[in-house]
Amino acid sequence: MAVTRHHAYLAAEPAATAADSVVLSNAWLLIALPLVGAAILLLGGRRTNAWGPLLATVLPVVSFVWAVLALFDLLGRGADARSVSVPVYEWFAVGDFSAKIDLLVDPLSITFVLLITFVGSLIHVYSLGYMAEDPGKRRFFAYLNLFVAAMLVLVLADNFVLLFLGWEGVGLASYLLIGFWQYKPTAATAAKKAFLINRVGDMGLLIAIMIMFTALGAVSFSDVFAAVPGANDGVLLAIGLLLLLGACGKSAQLPLQAWLLDAMEGPTPVSALIHAATMVTAGVYLIVRAGPIFEAAPVAQLTVMTVGAATMLAGGIIASAKDDIKKSLAGSTMSQIGMMVLAAGLGPIGYAAAIAHLVTHGFFKAGLFLGAGSVMHGMNDDVNMRKYGGLASKMPITFATFGLGYLAIIGFPLLSGWWTKESIISATFGLGGNLGLVFGSLVILGAALTAFYMSRMVFMTFLGKKRWDEGVHPHESPVSMTAPMLALSIGSIALGGFLVAGDRFAAFLQPVTGAELPHFTVGHAFASPYGIAAMVVLVLGVAAAWAIYLRKPVERTAPKGNLVTDTARNELYGNEINEGLFMRPGQVLTKALVVIEDKVIDGAVNGIGAGVRDSSTGLGKTQTGFARTYALTMLIGAVIVAATLAVRF
Amino acid sequence: MNALYVADGAPPSLPGITDAPPTLDWWLLAPILVVFGAGVLAVLFEAFMPKKVLRPVQITVAAVALLVTFVLIVLQVEAVGDGVIVAGGVLAMDRVVLFLQGTIAVLALISLMLIAERRDGRDAFSAQAATVPGSEEERRHILAGSQHTEVYPLVLFAVLGMLLFPAANDFLTMFIALEVMSLPLYLLCGLARRRRLFSQEAAVKYFLLGAFSSAFFLFGIALVYGYAGSVNFTAIRQAVDAGGAEIFADGNGEPLLIMGIGLVAIGLLFKVGAVPFHNWKPDVYQGAPTPITALMASCTLVAAFGALLRVFFVPFGGSVAIWEPMLWTVAILTMVAAAVIAVTQRDIKRLLAYSSVVHAGFILTAVIASSTEGLAGAMFYLAAYGFTTLGAFAIVTLVRTRDGGQELGDLEGWAGLGRRAPGLALALSLFLLAFAGIPLTSGFIGKFAVFEAAIAAGATPLVVVGVISSAVTAYFYVRIIVVMFFRESEGEGPTVARAGALTGGVITVGVAATLALGIFPGPVLDNLLPDSEAGQEPAAVMVHQVTEE
Repeated sequence: MAVTRHHAYLAAEPAATAADSVVLSNAWLLIALPLVGAAILLLGGRRTNAWGPLLATVLPVVSFVWAVLALFDLLGRGADARSVSVPVYEWFAVGDFSAKIDLLVDPLSITFVLLITFVGSLIHVYSLGYMAEDPGKRRFFAYLNLFVAAMLVLVLADNFVLLFLGWEGVGLASYLLIGFWQYKPTAATAAKKAFLINRVGDMGLLIAIMIMFTALGAVSFSDVFAAVPGANDGVLLAIGLLLLLGACGKSAQLPLQAWLLDAMEGPTPVSALIHAATMVTAGVYLIVRAGPIFEAAPVAQLTVMTVGAATMLAGGIIASAKDDIKKSLAGSTMSQIGMMVLAAGLGPIGYAAAIAHLVTHGFFKAGLFLGAGSVMHGMNDDVNMRKYGGLASKMPITFATFGLGYLAIIGFPLLSGWWTKESIISATFGLGGNLGLVFGSLVILGAALTAFYMSRMVFMTFLGKKRWDEGVHPHESPVSMTAPMLALSIGSIALGGFLVAGDRFAAFLQPVTGAELPHFTVGHAFASPYGIAAMVVLVLGVAAAWAIYLRKPVERTAPKGNLVTDTARNELYGNEINEGLFMRPGQVLTKALVVIEDKVIDGAVNGIGAGVRDSSTGLGKTQTGFARTYALTMLIGAVIVAATLAVRF
Repeated sequence: MNALYVADGAPPSLPGITDAPPTLDWWLLAPILVVFGAGVLAVLFEAFMPKKVLRPVQITVAAVALLVTFVLIVLQVEAVGDGVIVAGGVLAMDRVVLFLQGTIAVLALISLMLIAERRDGRDAFSAQAATVPGSEEERRHILAGSQHTEVYPLVLFAVLGMLLFPAANDFLTMFIALEVMSLPLYLLCGLARRRRLFSQEAAVKYFLLGAFSSAFFLFGIALVYGYAGSVNFTAIRQAVDAGGAEIFADGNGEPLLIMGIGLVAIGLLFKVGAVPFHNWKPDVYQGAPTPITALMASCTLVAAFGALLRVFFVPFGGSVAIWEPMLWTVAILTMVAAAVIAVTQRDIKRLLAYSSVVHAGFILTAVIASSTEGLAGAMFYLAAYGFTTLGAFAIVTLVRTRDGGQELGDLEGWAGLGRRAPGLALALSLFLLAFAGIPLTSGFIGKFAVFEAAIAAGATPLVVVGVISSAVTAYFYVRIIVVMFFRESEGEGPTVARAGALTGGVITVGVAATLALGIFPGPVLDNLLPDSEAGQEPAAVMVHQVTEE
């Protein structure tokens, strides 16, 4: 295995500048377009009802086109000149201090930009159909645009502070969109829950940035990574673990996973875009972006892998037990992201695999969610799979696109998911030693779970007998909804092969990630023991699902469960753990703090306030209104001046 | 050719002291001469023109004069280069002076818009100031529609003094500029149309205290002359560096210098309104017609600080150790006392007066830094504050009582303004946030610049006091916002006069400048201000060397 290591950040020469390229030097437009869209729709109010959603749909498309141009611009440069720093705005520079905003366009960020704008555009189109009758349509599109803009800030930032701004921005958009139907108490609660749990993660990221600033003296990627070799191990470990905490919050990784399933209360396009394809993958982005820090802190790396593996299995188990199609898909998202996090924890060997899987997952998981939305659209918004069945004939396009997404995610050979999943498996075993063996086996176990729960979903929904409620008349969705599904399914089929075959994507990312080129080949994947093992578990998983959910009729109500299924149905008691460990003690703590606040802090604050007011009244008395008093004050001033002139420092 | 002075050599002969008539560089004097000429012309118009056409003519003369002055100042930037001393050594023209003069011209032009604004056919000034308030004669003049168009020449003369004040290169010229600036202002303060006794009281107080401070200033000049043997800044600087005039070869003349510095400082600190020389400010700001208050709060402050900066950096620039503890004391007193007193103020104009005092304290921290960085910070601060305060006072002229329609100073009466006039309340909120130094407003950049300079110069304790004082001031600024937006008005609340084109223009310019200087301060910081470098003596960018023909 030829190993080439090269970090653009660690190289002596600074990142190239964008001055010579119109496309890159105006990369801020990528962000500005959707942001302006959000502003117009939110500030324009009802006047924009008629054309606002269309405008909001066009803007991300323009951003996408711009991103494609930027990609070609990058490809036209030498591999070492593809990290382009784009100065956008210098707020002010006083003395040696300068406050400015710079963007970083490099292979990693442009990959995300393309994913976000492409999937984002499709989901805007889909929403035109899905939300056609919703009274809050304009607000919905405004939030979607806001989300796209914030997500682009997150991935285009050239420093951790700006990244944090985008990080908070997507958090806000996510909160607004989960609770979009805020009249539903469940939606409002879910939004609040997502916000609160994310707060924990955000705090981790924030503290990590503070430590960077104090210990490494920098917050920009290049300066921080340049300072890593000389930094204290403890500091790096702390930064790594805190960044991981941030990633866990955003990407719904253990122990901060509990919000994602509830987040499915939001409209389905939101689940597809934010809670499947893009925002929840920000944690993976963060870990890959901060690679040099993790590589210098092996313990943090091992923790990343452990968290990823645990979430991968937990998500798979939850997805296998949920009857709610969206929640089952959400469990699947958790599981897949866990797999990516695990791969990102491998270091340079796993970065390209993690990001490649992230990209293909963005396509097929968004497609699956849109398919689920299409099914719900036809089933009067019922989400219970036990009341589906036999929908394949009624919804042929949905079935076809969903089916392709299904084959992709379970890793059917030569479809997108197979390439990227095999890359991860191969990279994990490539770690070598017992560690590689343990984690590699776990990934294969995760793949088996994927095959099981996804087959279960397809069997319960599209195959078998009808179990519909009375009065439900399933029908295919309008073309504005099916067209995006078709577009995404092309990604499910071909994107993985395009990226992974010949190490195309890994080579593209190499200047950023310093990835070791894996030299992944089809023959290798088929012939290696773990390739064969993955095939075997795939078949076993599908067979198990077939035996339980297709061979025997599915009951319309969930059968009484045993200990294992109950645990899985209750999301592994994640909520109960949160409540017992954090919520109740938290409430007690809050009550205690309120008492302290009232008695001690307010007392002090009010005391200071009263003190200032009293002295104000006292000093105000010098303002008598008499010119003679003022003259006397001036004379006293003269004495003060005379006295202080006698002093020398 | 520049003749650099040599500290240990004999002082070169100074122009202006010789018998030969000085050569005047008319082009460089043009901005000042235009204002002066316009003022004289306006007096002639006042005497010979029919009353009916006088007002529009006077406004036009004043506006054109200020506009032409501003254009001339801009055109001179190239001509002055690194700075020249003109008019026989009495005026120094450099980029610092031009920036301050340009700022004064623009701010004066904007103030003029407020001064010229009329509501129901009447401006903010008394119909006939010579009549006894409340008398029959006054009533007759009001009914006859009399008005004081003398306001405009007075404003022009005041601006003339302001343009000269920061440019003066010797103490006598500076003193004359001080008086030329102050005398018209004393008069203008007493001309309010409403609450005339109050206004006249303010004018008399301002005059008495101003005269008192002038006396300090003049006596200080005399002592400095005694020490240096000259009133010329260049010569004083040389004398200070050489340890005194030749008669004090053994250096025992220092007490003269110390006392001189102290007394001159009192005169200047009075003009900027630093504690404990600030008492006039609240009374005068409140009593004066609001457009005149706006003129004083913006232009006078720029001019006074311009002079203060030059005096402390050029003639006394070599005596930092002498005046530093004194300015520390005054700055701390100013920042703390004014902020604390402002907390319980209920009148908007008084509050803005105390706010102006606190800001003077913040700018003093940049003077103490005694570096080009501090100089640049102070200059930015002055310009930023000028625009914001003009906007704030423009709003004050619009909020009026329901009965009688005079300006409503009492802040409790401003409750519910956010609902009644949301645009106006938002604009005022922006100005208040800028005063408080909230990011993305010009106030933040200004405050950051002066504090950064002070820290770079090692005056960290001063900055700590400044930040605490900022926190206190934020309380009363935000309190006004709370009153406007979150408190229901009792009864019918205030009326809000419709903003005329002129007042509306002032508010718009204020908002635009506050935001522009807060969000895109780069062009001003980089291009208009002197290159700042921590620790570099500010005299390096303030011309004080003799130009020989």
